[in-house]
Amino acid sequence: MGILDVKGVGKRFGGLQALGDVNLSVAENSVHAIIGPNGAGKSTLLNCLVGKLIPDTGSVMFDGQSVLGRKPYEINQMGISRVFQTPEIFGDLTVMENMLIPCFAKRDGAFTPNAYAAMRKDTEMLDRAGHMLEEMNMADKRHMHAASLSRGDKRRLEIGMCLSQEPRLLLLDEPTAGMARADTNNTIDLLKQIKDDRDITIAIIEHDMHVVFSLAERITVLAQGTPLVEDTPDKIKGHPKVREAYLGESQDAA
Amino acid sequence: MFGLEAKDFRLLLLVALLTMAAPFILNPFPVDSGMAQFNAGYPDLMQRFVIFGIFAIGFNILFGLTGYLSFGHAAFLGVGSYAAMWMMKLLTMNVIPGILVSVVVAGIFSLAVGWISLRRSGIYFSILTLAFAQMSYSLAYSVLTPITGGETGLQPKVTDPRILDAALTGNAPKANLFGLEMGSSTDLVMGGWVFTFNVGYYVAAVVMIFAFYMSIRIFRSPFGMMLRAVKSNQQRLNYTGLNAKPYTLAAFVISGMYAGLAGGLMVAMDTQVGAERMFWTASGEVVLMSILGGVGTLIGPVLGAGAIKYMENILSKINKDILYEWFAFLPDGLQDFVITLVYPFIGKGWHLTLGLIFMAVVIFLPGGLVEGGQRIAAMFKRKKPSDNTPDGKTTPAE
Repeated sequence: MGILDVKGVGKRFGGLQALGDVNLSVAENSVHAIIGPNGAGKSTLLNCLVGKLIPDTGSVMFDGQSVLGRKPYEINQMGISRVFQTPEIFGDLTVMENMLIPCFAKRDGAFTPNAYAAMRKDTEMLDRAGHMLEEMNMADKRHMHAASLSRGDKRRLEIGMCLSQEPRLLLLDEPTAGMARADTNNTIDLLKQIKDDRDITIAIIEHDMHVVFSLAERITVLAQGTPLVEDTPDKIKGHPKVREAYLGESQDAA
Repeated sequence: MFGLEAKDFRLLLLVALLTMAAPFILNPFPVDSGMAQFNAGYPDLMQRFVIFGIFAIGFNILFGLTGYLSFGHAAFLGVGSYAAMWMMKLLTMNVIPGILVSVVVAGIFSLAVGWISLRRSGIYFSILTLAFAQMSYSLAYSVLTPITGGETGLQPKVTDPRILDAALTGNAPKANLFGLEMGSSTDLVMGGWVFTFNVGYYVAAVVMIFAFYMSIRIFRSPFGMMLRAVKSNQQRLNYTGLNAKPYTLAAFVISGMYAGLAGGLMVAMDTQVGAERMFWTASGEVVLMSILGGVGTLIGPVLGAGAIKYMENILSKINKDILYEWFAFLPDGLQDFVITLVYPFIGKGWHLTLGLIFMAVVIFLPGGLVEGGQRIAAMFKRKKPSDNTPDGKTTPAE
């Protein structure tokens, strides 16, 4: 039993069977990568985990509780935070406010009508958000509009926002997509550091083999909506089925 | 001070001072001068400034913070008015119960409307609110005539029960605050100037300052930050463990209560209400006020409300005769020509002027009058400070 157990999940969009019969178990405090060629169903699977889609069949259990039928914010409150392919942050707000929002969500829950409370007096929240910004090396940018950050900093901020909620499972959807090599390496280092510093499970969907083999402890290969193999990175590298599914794409991507 | 940052407290103080001194500030011209028609310091208009200021402040909490554009807020204004009127008919001509009940009733009504309308966002939300407001207007105009008075509207009558008041012995019922009549005024004559201090205006002004204070608190609270987060990125909000729906609904109800408060005050001032108060143009007006003043800013909506009400009441009073007076120095043919050009923009054509100003603001000052003020302030900061501060209300007559 892992922290996240996916059993027999299937999802059909009209005539397209996006997910066939996915069985997957992510062990606690591990880094688990899900790879696969385009159209393999990686994003569909991820959307089923966070409540954006409801699978037609099967079950998704997080820490012994089903996530199916719950809204995204409820699933987040259970301890799953998601990082998006293109960084999703509050562009109109300052970097500090971006960091404050998840801190409030963690402490006060999904809704608190604290319309009369003065935010500048909530030192507990300000400290926590400030610490997190320091950890992300963004303390000097706290008054900037989040929209004016560079792509790499936006990604950093988004990961920091997710971490400030102290999630038990961090889901990353192609976190280095569209990044230059230097930014990609920075992100890999950041994720390694996160892994070393805290008890956290990371599930990562990725196209870039360099990222996957730098980080993952276990890899599931998805092809045409079904898991092909699941194994350690070393075994996956030489696996004939994987080579067949990718037809050399792994070399291109790496 | 009052739990506010120094900067916000200064703004509140400034607004309080300006509203308290409004009878002086809005009457800059002597009564007998040709400019007296630009004086806005008469009770009726001053009351409208602050009441529509309240309406716009509340609307801005919804539109400015969450970005949800309601096109039906006049319905809450109207419901508040009817509620206050019935308090005057049934309980007492004292305005306090009326104002309180108008807030509560508008809050309940906006909870129901918001509950349904907030199932959609964007243009569909706007259309839903517009539909609700127009339904309310039609109901008030026809089916609900026993409650709303239909076409004629409602007014307090001598024969109303008014269980808390002693019987009125033939006197027309007048709105009051513990005996102090809303309509009573004191004139202060100083040289050529006459300044009018009206009880109703000061009651409404105090309520507006309180409403403004509450809106600062909301803007600076974690709740206010969440509302801005709703506008910025609802997807991220949902995936950050926050439920956007109750936040938007709370903002909708708060702004509905502000509208109800404005409606209640209107009745307290002029003791009458009609269904036209809920017509969609009234909903559109508050949208214009917010955008003209500066959406999402603290003071913007108040400025926008003031600017629009000033134009509506002052610009619309200018007629052809006054124009002939102004342009008397021109040769006859030219005079007629200039007046033909200017005439469509004044009097009944004041909407045309408003439209042009609105377009100019949206195109050149997307942040509204507040942005204009900031740009002027920045200009003076860079250069050396100068004495001749530009007054937005100077006229072309000179």
